[in-house]
Amino acid sequence: MRDVTMRYGSRTVVDSLLLSVKPREKVAIIGPSGSGKTTILRLAMGLERPSEGWIRIDGNYLWHVERNGALLPAGEQQARRARRAVGMVFQQFNLFPHMTAMQNVTEPLVHVLRLSKKDAHDRAADLLTRVGLATHLDHRPAQLSGGQQQRVAIARSLALRPKVMLFDEVTSALDPELVGEVLNVIRDLAHTTSMAMMIVTHEITFASDIADRVIMFDHGHVVEEGTPDVVLRNPQSPRTKQFLKAILER
Amino acid sequence: MTFQWDWGFAFQQLPTLLQGLVFTLEATFFGSLLAFVLGLVWALARLAEVPVVSPLVRLWVEFVRGTPLLIQLYFLFFIFPSYGVTLPALETGIIGLGIYYSAYASEVYRAGIEGVPRGQWEASLALGLPLRRVWGRIVLPQAMRFAVPVLGNFVISMFKESAILSTISVLELIGQANIIGAETARYVEPLTMAALIFLVISYPAARLVRLLEARTGAA
Repeated sequence: MRDVTMRYGSRTVVDSLLLSVKPREKVAIIGPSGSGKTTILRLAMGLERPSEGWIRIDGNYLWHVERNGALLPAGEQQARRARRAVGMVFQQFNLFPHMTAMQNVTEPLVHVLRLSKKDAHDRAADLLTRVGLATHLDHRPAQLSGGQQQRVAIARSLALRPKVMLFDEVTSALDPELVGEVLNVIRDLAHTTSMAMMIVTHEITFASDIADRVIMFDHGHVVEEGTPDVVLRNPQSPRTKQFLKAILER
Repeated sequence: MTFQWDWGFAFQQLPTLLQGLVFTLEATFFGSLLAFVLGLVWALARLAEVPVVSPLVRLWVEFVRGTPLLIQLYFLFFIFPSYGVTLPALETGIIGLGIYYSAYASEVYRAGIEGVPRGQWEASLALGLPLRRVWGRIVLPQAMRFAVPVLGNFVISMFKESAILSTISVLELIGQANIIGAETARYVEPLTMAALIFLVISYPAARLVRLLEARTGAA
C-alpha cells in the first residue's frame, strides 16, 4: 500500500499510509478503537476504495491498472481479480446462517474455484478438521458456539488458499473462554503456513507470539513499528507505552 | 314482518356458493403468484439503481399503492376494452389483484433484502463469489425468511378482498351470494354462508402463517 488515504466525509481515518507486507510475513496491528486499524484491513481486502493512493497485492493493483508506466483507475472487475489473493476473517464471523459448516466452506470452492462437488467436499472436510471441527460438519452456525463459528470462518477463508490472510479483531465478539481456541488455530496457521498475515488484535501476548512485526496505529498514523520485542516490550513512543499500559491493566 | 333464518334454504345454496369459491380460490392463487413475481421484479429494479428505470418503477409502485383497487379494476375492465384490450372478467381480476398486491410485496422484499446484514455482502465479496450467486444463494434466501410470513398474510387478505371482483362480474363467492339473493329475495342466508366459508378457510390459514412466523422468528 502506498500513500493510502481514506476519508469519510471530512474525517480522515487513514492518512497517507505506506505499508508493505512481505511474503510469509506476519504483521500485527495494534491500537485503540477507532484508530483506523480495521480500515487498513478493509482497504487491503478491497471492501473500501481508498480516497487516495494505491494498493497492490501479489502483483495486481486493487483499483488501478498499469498502462505504459502510468496508473489508471480501474473498477470492480480489476478489484475482483486482485481480491483473489486475499482472505479475510471478520469480527462478526459473517458465516452464511442458512448453510451448514460444510456448505459454508464448499460454497467458494465450488463457485469460485469451480471444483467438483466431491473435491470441494474433501477439501472442506480437511480444512474443518484442521480447525478442530471434524465432528461438526453438518451443524449450522446457530448450532455452534462463537468460537466454533469463527473457526468455520477461518476454514472458509483458507479454502481459496490466499497469499495474504487478514484477521480483523477475530476474538473481540467472543466470550472470554472461547478466545483461546480461536487464537490457537491462528497461531498454528502462523507457524505452519507460508501465507502472509495481517492481524488486528487487542491480544498482546498473542501478537508477540506470532508477529514478525508489530505496528502501533493511532489517529490514522503509524505511531511506531518494529519487532514485537521492541514495540511490545520496549516501546519508544509514549503513546505506545500508554496504550500498552491501559491494555495490560484491563 | 319478522325475519326467520331458514336452515334448509341456507344449505340448499351451498353447492352454488362452492362454485363461487372455486373462482375465489383461483383468483387468490394466480393473483398471489403474479404479485410475488412482479413484486420481486419491482424490488430488484428499485434496488439496482438503474437510471431512469428505478425511479420510474418507484413511481409506478407509489401509484399502485396510492389508488384504490376498485378503481384499478374499473380501468382494467371497463375502460381498457375501449382501447382494444379485452380480457375475460376472471383474468382481469387476477391481473388487477396481482398488480395491486405486487406493489406491497415489493416493499416486503425490499425490507427483507435490506435487512440482510452488510457482513453477508462483505463475506461474499471477500470470497469472490459471483454476483448472481450472492443474490441467488446468499441474499435472497435470507430475505425470504423475513418475507414469507408477511407474504402469507397477503395471500389471506387477497383471499378475502377478492370479493371485490364481484363488482366486475366475476361470479366468485360474494358474486354468487348476490345472485342467489336477487333471485330469491333472501340475502341473509347466502351472504352469511359465504362469510362462514371465508372464515372457515382464512382462520386456519392465519394460524398457519402465525406458526410460520414463530418458526422463522425463532431461528
